[in-house]
Amino acid sequence: MRRMDPATMRVQRSGDRSLNAFDLNAVEEALRLKEAAGDGEVILLSMGPAQALDSIRKGLAMGADRAVLVADDAAAGSDLVATSHVLAKAIERESPDLVLFGQQASDSDGAVMWAAVADRLRLPVISQISELEVSGGQVTAKRQTEFGYDKIRADLPAVLSVSDAVNEPRYPSLKGIMGAKKKPQDVVSLADIGVDASRAGEAGSRTTVRALNPPPSRGDNQKIEDDGTAAQKILEFLIERKLV
Amino acid sequence: MSTLVFLEHHGSGIQKGALGVLSKAAALDPDTAGVLVGSGVAALAAEAGRFGAARVFVADDPALEAPLPQGRVDVVSGLVRDHGFDNVLFAASVLATDVAGGVSARLDAGLNWDLVDLVQEGGDLVGKRAALGDSVYVDVGWSGGPRLGLVRSGSFEPVEHGAAGAVENVSVQLEDFSSKATMVEQAHEEQTGPSIEEADILVAGGRGLGGPEGFGILEELAAALGGAVASTRAVVDSGWYPYATQVGQTGKTVSPKLYIGCGISGAIQHKVGMQTSQVIVSINKDANAPIFDFSDFGVVGDLHAVIPQLTALVKERKA
Repeated sequence: MRRMDPATMRVQRSGDRSLNAFDLNAVEEALRLKEAAGDGEVILLSMGPAQALDSIRKGLAMGADRAVLVADDAAAGSDLVATSHVLAKAIERESPDLVLFGQQASDSDGAVMWAAVADRLRLPVISQISELEVSGGQVTAKRQTEFGYDKIRADLPAVLSVSDAVNEPRYPSLKGIMGAKKKPQDVVSLADIGVDASRAGEAGSRTTVRALNPPPSRGDNQKIEDDGTAAQKILEFLIERKLV
Repeated sequence: MSTLVFLEHHGSGIQKGALGVLSKAAALDPDTAGVLVGSGVAALAAEAGRFGAARVFVADDPALEAPLPQGRVDVVSGLVRDHGFDNVLFAASVLATDVAGGVSARLDAGLNWDLVDLVQEGGDLVGKRAALGDSVYVDVGWSGGPRLGLVRSGSFEPVEHGAAGAVENVSVQLEDFSSKATMVEQAHEEQTGPSIEEADILVAGGRGLGGPEGFGILEELAAALGGAVASTRAVVDSGWYPYATQVGQTGKTVSPKLYIGCGISGAIQHKVGMQTSQVIVSINKDANAPIFDFSDFGVVGDLHAVIPQLTALVKERKA
C-alpha cells in the first residue's frame, strides 16, 4: 500500500513500478476493441515521473501500440482540476475516437477523473461500464448502479470508464514483453502539449492538504469465544449501544 | 457563506444520503440551498425544505429525466455562476460522483472526495477525508472557490427541520455535448428492503457462510433488526449473492450504525468499504481473522449456531 510523505503531504510515488490494476482492464478493453474492429491504434497515456514508463511498458507488452507520458516537475502535486486539464490537453493532441479509463485510481480511490476530462473535452461520458460494444460510430454500454443496470448509448468520440467486471486482462506474452521496449514511448513536457505551468502542479490545483491524522481509534474492543452464550452476549452489547 | 447541495432522487423520494448532506450543510450554514434535477421533480421540493434547504432550485425538464450526469453538470454549474455559491456538496453515488467531477472541470473548482466529516475552522471549511485504504485521515481544504465536496455515504444523518424552503424554478440550458449520451434501457430491480447504502444496520456475509444457502439466516437476522444484507467480493464472484450488495474496494462503501460481519475475514479490500461503520460486530471461526482487529465486539465461533440464536433473541425482545 502507498504512503503519504509527512513532509510534502503528497502520496509517495517513487519506487512504484506497477501499472494500476484497474488500468489493466482499460488496456485490455482497448485491445479487444481494436481486435474486433480489425484495425486501429491503442495509445497509452499517463502523467507522472519519468520512471512511470517502466509500469506503462506492461500495457505495451500486452499489445498497445505506443505510449505518451507527460513528465514534468511542474506537474507534481496536481489535483483533479490540474490533472484533468493536463490530460485533456494531451488527449486533444491525439484526438482519439475513444478515451478509456480504469474504474479508479489506486492511490487516491478517486472516481472523478473521467467526468472532469470529458467536460474539458466537451465529449459524452459513460462510467462504471461492465459491457461495451462499439459500432456505427456509437458506443453502447451496460453499467451497474446502486439501483440495477443501465444501458447507455453515446456518439463517438466519447470518454468511458470501465469497471473491473468488464474483462479479464491478458498476461503479456514473452514476445510482447521483448517487443515492448522497442515501441514508441513519447515523454512530453507541459510546454510540449501547450499547458501553461500555472495550470498544473500545486499552482494549478484548487485543493489543499492541511494535516494528516491517524484513523480514529475504535476504542476498547471485546472478543469472546462462543460457549453457547455468544448470541446473548451480542444482544446485551447491542442493547448497551442502543442498537436494538 | 452560501451552500448548494445536489439532491439526487430515485423513484418518489430524495436519496437518504443527499438528505443527510443537506441536513449537515444546513447545520453549518443557514444559507443552504438544494437543487433538484430531473423530470417531474417539483413535487420533491417540500421534502428538501423539511430537511434544511432554505431555498430549493428545481430544474424540471423532460431532457433531464434519465439519471445521466452531464445535463446535471450544466444545471449545477449554471446555478453556481448565477448565485455565487461558496460550497457545493454531493452525497457520493455513481451519478453524483460523475456530476461532481464534471462541475469541478467546468468551474475549475477544487473537489475533495471520500469526505466523512465537514467542520468550520476559523470561517473556513475543512473536510475530513479517509485516504489510502482509510489508513490515514486527511484534513483537506480548498484554495479559491467554490469548494466542491463529495461525502461518503452514511456519513450524515438526515434531520427534519420542519420548515418549508422557498422554491425557485431554474430554466435549463444544456450544452450540445450533454445530450450525446442517452439512456437506452434501465433495469432497476424493485427493492424489497433498504439498499445497503441506506440501511442503518447491515448484516454482511462472506465465504464462511459455506454456500449461497447460508444467506438465509442472515436475511432473517437483517429482517429482525430492520436492516439489509451485504456481501463480500468473494461471495459475489462465486455467484452466491448479487453484486448490488457487495461492500469493499470494487463494491460499495458503507457507514451504517451497526455492521455485523459473518464469516468475513476482513481482507483490506473489504475493510476499506466498511470500516467507518459506527459499531462493528463480527463472528468468525478463525480467532486470527483480521476483522477482529477492527471490530468492537468479536465472537470466535460458528455463525450457523450463533446467528439463528441471535435472531430469536432479537425477535423476542422486539415482540
